[in-house]
Amino acid sequence: MTVPTETTSTVPARAAWSAIVPAGNLLTITDLHGNQAVDFLVYDARDTTVRYSAPDTIHGQGGIFLTTGSVLLSNEHTPLMTVVADTCGRHDTVGGACSKESNTLRYGHHTWSQHACVDNFLAEGAKYGLGKRDLVSNINWYMNVPVEADGTLGIVDGISSPGLQVVLRAETDVLVLVSNCPQINNPCNGFDPTPVEMTITDGATA
Amino acid sequence: METATTFGARDHARAQEGAQAEAMPVVPATAWPDPPREAGPLVWAETVAGGNYTHRALARGTELRLTDLRGDACAHLLLFVADRPWERLNVADTVKVQWNAYLGEGKLLLSDQGRVLASVVADSSGRHDALCGTSTLVRNTARYGDGTPQSASPAGRELFKLAALKNGLEPRDLPPSLSFFQGVRVGEDGALEFTGSAGAGASLTLRAEQDLTVLIANVPHPADPRPEYTSTPLEVLAWKGRATAPGDPLWEASPEGRRAFLNTADFHTARGLA
Repeated sequence: MTVPTETTSTVPARAAWSAIVPAGNLLTITDLHGNQAVDFLVYDARDTTVRYSAPDTIHGQGGIFLTTGSVLLSNEHTPLMTVVADTCGRHDTVGGACSKESNTLRYGHHTWSQHACVDNFLAEGAKYGLGKRDLVSNINWYMNVPVEADGTLGIVDGISSPGLQVVLRAETDVLVLVSNCPQINNPCNGFDPTPVEMTITDGATA
Repeated sequence: METATTFGARDHARAQEGAQAEAMPVVPATAWPDPPREAGPLVWAETVAGGNYTHRALARGTELRLTDLRGDACAHLLLFVADRPWERLNVADTVKVQWNAYLGEGKLLLSDQGRVLASVVADSSGRHDALCGTSTLVRNTARYGDGTPQSASPAGRELFKLAALKNGLEPRDLPPSLSFFQGVRVGEDGALEFTGSAGAGASLTLRAEQDLTVLIANVPHPADPRPEYTSTPLEVLAWKGRATAPGDPLWEASPEGRRAFLNTADFHTARGLA
């Protein structure tokens, strides 16, 4: 039996991360301390105009929560990644990323100087030639966003805990951008950003 | 008519002027036969065929009324700030900031810059969707046998691409869209329920809060369970109006909305436009 080839990175609280995950490889996202929102975008690595589509993923699976078996579809309705394991239970497709701009609406203009996910996505994406036009509604792993009967929706206390994991299989060569959410004004991370761990495992030896 | 000569072909082509089709723009818009009572002079008047698209630049303050003429229209909508398309509709911010997944009267369509693109000033449908986006070539080919723009079952994304390209934009500029007149509801477990149309005659009026580029695709909702591609004409009428200002009930309807209007006004003030 061969030892799986693994690359593990710890993403500090509030930081960005990115990687190319080759087709067939597994990406494991570990919520080290619990209740941390991991904002996540994924692109076809060979054609980044083909990228994660929240609406295609939502109507493709008939629901807004992600868990084991969910297929992350692109804007061309092609599979980018599949959730092959999930010890948390459900994850958000609706809330998108925090930004300095939206924070002024959600909390007030005093939040302008705070860190936000869109800045992480922009800075990390720029390394691959991506810009603002390439940012779309993203996944928030471990973030809990229920919708009430009247449509009331909000980010509430997380249902994650230390050590929970999501495992994604790349269905094609993909580029993954992560913003380990720096939000300190809502319960997406218990008002206290903490590190997460990203592990890429060679699918052939996993 | 003889069309074997240039003169004959020219006469044949010119003889078509004045022909009427069910789906067509009326130019000038003021020639539209029955303008809404509340409207000022129309600035855009068009009937969009099922399975087709349209696009227009609209001035700030313009009111845009969409009407589902026969009950099976679905207006997929994207908004960009005219001449600055890097500010555009952000569906996630639209639902998150307003603490509600459903669209309707009083809701604001927010940009990715903490500002308002358009506000919903009237709605007699109540069947709308901010979650499922539009249809794609892959899905329409699987469902209906084809999804290309010239086919009998064009996909919304394919039509959006054409509308975008005509406005100097590219496919990568297309974010998730909104859809009006075909509804979706979310169950407690997150599952979607397609609620369909409110029926013929429902209308929705948007007010442009910035100068906008508007892209509209009129195609079936992607969650429409019917096996046939069902898409009927959409009426589009727009008239000159005034952007939301302090004192308007919408300005103070929520703290988040007030700050969005304040940001929008601040932006126009800085540009010397307010």
